[in-house]
Amino acid sequence: MIKIAIIGFGTVGQGVAELLLRKKNEIEERIGKFKVIAVADSKSSVVGDVDLEKALSEKKKRGRLSGNKTAMEIVEDFEYDVLFECTPTNVESGEPGLTHIKTALKRGKNVITSNKGPLVVAYNELCKLAEKNSCKLGFEATVGGAMPLIKLVKNDLAGSGILRIRGILNGTCNYILSRMEVERMPYEQILSEAIELGIAEADPSYDVKGIDAAAKLVIIANALLEKNVRFEDVHIEGIEDLTPEAFEVAVKRGYTIRLIAEVGETLRVSPRLVPLNHPLNIYGTLNAAEIITETAGRVFVIGRGAGKLETASAMISDLIDIYDRRDLRC
Amino acid sequence: MKINLVVELEDKPGQLLKVLTPIAKYGGNIIGIIHNRKVQQKSVLVDVVFEIAEDRADKLLEEIKSSGITIRNVNEIKLSEKISVLLVGHIIHTDISDTINRIDSTGFAEVTEMDISMPELNKPSTALITISAVNKEKLEEALKILRKICEEKKIKVVEPLNEEA
Ligand SMILES: NC(=O)c1ccc[n+]([C@@H]2O[C@H](COP(=O)([O-])OP(=O)(O)OC[C@H]3O[C@@H](n4cnc5c(N)ncnc54)[C@H](OP(=O)(O)O)[C@@H]3O)[C@@H](O)[C@H]2O)c1
Repeated sequence: MIKIAIIGFGTVGQGVAELLLRKKNEIEERIGKFKVIAVADSKSSVVGDVDLEKALSEKKKRGRLSGNKTAMEIVEDFEYDVLFECTPTNVESGEPGLTHIKTALKRGKNVITSNKGPLVVAYNELCKLAEKNSCKLGFEATVGGAMPLIKLVKNDLAGSGILRIRGILNGTCNYILSRMEVERMPYEQILSEAIELGIAEADPSYDVKGIDAAAKLVIIANALLEKNVRFEDVHIEGIEDLTPEAFEVAVKRGYTIRLIAEVGETLRVSPRLVPLNHPLNIYGTLNAAEIITETAGRVFVIGRGAGKLETASAMISDLIDIYDRRDLRC
Repeated sequence: MKINLVVELEDKPGQLLKVLTPIAKYGGNIIGIIHNRKVQQKSVLVDVVFEIAEDRADKLLEEIKSSGITIRNVNEIKLSEKISVLLVGHIIHTDISDTINRIDSTGFAEVTEMDISMPELNKPSTALITISAVNKEKLEEALKILRKICEEKKIKVVEPLNEEA
């Protein structure tokens, strides 16, 4: 029986709970029986043989769970096998996720996270900890949401010689830029509409200044290109200075403009001219990545970069990857 | 066509005119002049890069030769590499022709195409410019110059995806 603890019970944490309920049979076919033994948010929790249905409706109705054990007590003392870490991202300190993940790994527990902060701040340290304690760290959901990238490059493109990876890693920016391209409206106007529609955060600076994309790029660089870099190593430019005229002139010459995060020799996040017929010219909140390899040529992926079930689905794929009983070779 | 002419001149005043005058006479357009090291005590090597109508080039070179100037090297500069970049900012107010000149005067690269969208008063304007250069290294060098100019002038540079592996 695989014992699961979920820490952070907001959009993503609840998405995980919903998928564990909805996909129970499919998941158990691959990994065997599992149960959730603890769920915690910032101020409450539920422990024991958790009824996820009840936990979800309780959280929705009352904004909290019934018990009072803290997330940290659960991470430190409970006998789970795998921790789902879904607390908010902080790319400067990595907390609170960093402490949760380190504590779990030191105890030899597997961790699956959607939280970029800890990986941006301490990727190498976390990997070493996992290795030393013979456990696994899954972080597919930190980059590109449901768009497969981490395991795709690590497993399926293994041995192909990864030269460069670049892509569109922030759905909010891509939404704004694709609307500027099509409708030629000013940046500010589209941004305020995006905020109203819930596509952009009330404080959008984390997205539009390129910080979110840069955080993901650091994870890609460290995990897939063994770069050993930090957030400060990324040259970052956001999308705030772009004008409708910029799109007009670009489109006339066969280009559009997209916020591209790229790691090769250097790391940069900046608006770039993208040929209109290039596969990275995607529209709306989608994410996309281009992997440029020595022996496999170019590989493209496109998918949903965020969203409750999308992000949770990436975490479920990590769960199956860690515990899979099936041999995929036949 | 664009030509790079290397001549050996006596190291005394007025010699360069012997090259520049005929170029002007045949309607050529001087792009850059580079004075090189001394070859011997009394002479220097000078690189002159200029643009000239294709059917006049031979005559011009003949005339320079016949005036007693030693031509060390002549070659056509072919701008085979190019890149397009988008500029957003106060392009016109910050003297667009100076920006272009500083690329063109390198001799190895030039601005070969430009689309500008005229701004409303005091609003930023946009230009898509194509820079052509003799080879990849020189193109990268020209791009560096452009980045520097734009940093000085607070113009945003939107570079293209680089298509190489
Ligand atoms: N949403 C997406 O589409 C998406 C996509 C990819 C990655 N991510 C990443 O996934 C993580 C979670 O995102 P989200 O959208 O689910 O955020 P969210 O809705 O704000 O949920 C965060 C959850 O973490 C809890 N929390 C905060 N501090 C805590 C602490 N010290 N200990 C335990 N729990 C704590 C919050 O508790 P309360 O409920 O008590 O406030 C809340 O339940 C973030 O790191 C985010 O960057 C999200």
